[in-house]
Amino acid sequence: MSFLSYLINGISLGSVYAIIALGYTMVYGIAKMLNFAHGDVIMIGAYVVFTAITSMALPVIPAILLAVVACTALGVLIERVAYRPLRNAASPLAVLITAIGVSYLLQNIALLVFGANTKSFPSVVGIKPLSLGGGALTVSGETIVTILACIVIMIGLTLFINKTKAGQAMLAVSEDKGAAQLMGINVNGTIALTFAIGSALAAIAGVLLCSAYPSLTPYTGSMPGIKAFVAAVFGGIGSIPGAMIGGILLGVIEIFGKAYISSQMADAIVFGVLIIVLLVKPTGLLGKKIQEKV
Amino acid sequence: MKKFMKFASLACAATMLFSTTAFAEGETFKIGGIGPITGGAAVYGQAVMNAAQLAVDEINAAGGIAGAQVEFNFQDDEHDAEKSVNAYNTLKDWDMQMLLGTVTSTPCIAVAAEAVNDNMFLLTPSGSAVECVANDNAFRVCFSDPNQGVASAQYIGENKIATKVAVIYDSSDVYSSGIYEKFAAEAANQGLEIVAAEAFTADSKTDFSVQLQKAKDGGAELVFLPIYYTEASLILTQAAGMDYAPIFFGCDGLDGLLAVESFDTALAEGVMLLTPFAADAEDELTQNFVAAYQEAYGEIPNQFAADAYDGIYAIKAAVEQAGVTPDMSASDICDALKVSMTEITIDGLTGTGMTWTADGEPNKAPKAVKITDGKYAAM
Repeated sequence: MSFLSYLINGISLGSVYAIIALGYTMVYGIAKMLNFAHGDVIMIGAYVVFTAITSMALPVIPAILLAVVACTALGVLIERVAYRPLRNAASPLAVLITAIGVSYLLQNIALLVFGANTKSFPSVVGIKPLSLGGGALTVSGETIVTILACIVIMIGLTLFINKTKAGQAMLAVSEDKGAAQLMGINVNGTIALTFAIGSALAAIAGVLLCSAYPSLTPYTGSMPGIKAFVAAVFGGIGSIPGAMIGGILLGVIEIFGKAYISSQMADAIVFGVLIIVLLVKPTGLLGKKIQEKV
Repeated sequence: MKKFMKFASLACAATMLFSTTAFAEGETFKIGGIGPITGGAAVYGQAVMNAAQLAVDEINAAGGIAGAQVEFNFQDDEHDAEKSVNAYNTLKDWDMQMLLGTVTSTPCIAVAAEAVNDNMFLLTPSGSAVECVANDNAFRVCFSDPNQGVASAQYIGENKIATKVAVIYDSSDVYSSGIYEKFAAEAANQGLEIVAAEAFTADSKTDFSVQLQKAKDGGAELVFLPIYYTEASLILTQAAGMDYAPIFFGCDGLDGLLAVESFDTALAEGVMLLTPFAADAEDELTQNFVAAYQEAYGEIPNQFAADAYDGIYAIKAAVEQAGVTPDMSASDICDALKVSMTEITIDGLTGTGMTWTADGEPNKAPKAVKITDGKYAAM
């Protein structure tokens, strides 16, 4: 029974990683850049929901919608102000460093606005813990909602990419930016849309993360952000199913490592597995081989 | 004692407090104080400054120490070791004779190194790291970090709160792992069985489901949490999510749990913590102190305030015991107080019948409080 409980907790934690990893992987797939500020967009989303529920007394659903709108706007703004001017810079490092700068900027803005004190995030999930097998296995409402949300987002995103024009445009831009532009696709618009979707997902990830682990500080997003980045690389960066699989596997490995090996070594195990996977399969589990054209 | 966000509190005005009354040289005792009154740890320094001033005013109103009035000068160190040493030098220029400070551990260790060179008497109200009182001129009012572990195990064992115990601690933090080690050693003497000792680190402190599951599987009746309140609030929430309701027991790091913004205090119901001071204790001393503090500063005093208040009265008792006079040099006073500190017994806010050992540690019975109806209640 404790095995099952570890497994469910692992999938739940992994689902949060997966939703965050989607943001990393989509942006990388299309803009070929690592948006290190993604974790902090999650934190901003969580603060928006927190403020909406506690200070503005909004119900849960409008509060989440408000956070989605705010994060989407923030994502597009960051892309427009910080990343787009650097897209054709001589070194790809320029935009990477900028992303790290944006990450610190967001953390410090949150520190100024919301203060350093920990805030306890109110649970937005009204489901009572589910007791199975006569109390031997208890699954919290947050766990159930997180896993369900992950499945819905995964299906929705796959349909969007494969069935809509905008999704096809994204695929085209990720394949070849130049050719896509020649075919009449608005590349800047498509990249902005990618940031918008990634940031909207970040808002949802923020709500799920803070519902399951209800402590909110300006640094809440940074460690899950890094773990999710690892998940994206693990699954093959640029690949959407890869991000899902990578995220869930990472969560399960982390919990099992803690449970059966050592609770102190959890992170060492996670990153150790990453190294082994990358040694065996350098592009990640589902990553595509990139052929350099000469 | 506490760890703080590095970038905390960018906009605080410096509010250094100088004693305004002037006395002729050699007629008054000059007590210096150092602690953070701006920055991220300001809440602790301000509590110490306010409570110490309150104690000094009371003593002066009642005729002073052995007939001599007391001057108190508190300097800000922003919880920074270097600034703390600067503050110490400022106080030396002011002819400080005794030091109540510093408030937080890291600066205290730096100042203690200076103070031993000058042979300056140092009494820290709340510097809980072992090294704070490593020298023979230094004493403290609070328990040391490891002693909290011993005291917790004794309290649980002697009051028969539980026999099967689980521990969740932060192995990347010296405060937490220090308490855990001493707790584990003492638990054996108290007949406590540690069924699970689970660690976490600074980088993996959001998910505690595994640690809690192991405690639950081990049949722990009590979970000992020698950690800070931020992680504790997460643990309480996750335990509720998995229908696990043992007794939770913590140390002074849990002080602040109820102040976490929008935290559901119902989750903390029944949590016990070892803290030397509960503001709603029934005894007359505490009630008078809380009333006076509230009137002067408009807030309920915390444990740091109580430590500082006791610190000033400990200095008074030691000075009277040794018979030192205000015209003596700081070094001579220190030599006398080193001896007299170990001879005094005081009944304070943080313990009755407190005595000190020559290595600077206080002897006092630990007190525990229990969170009842969203408030700390003495047990």
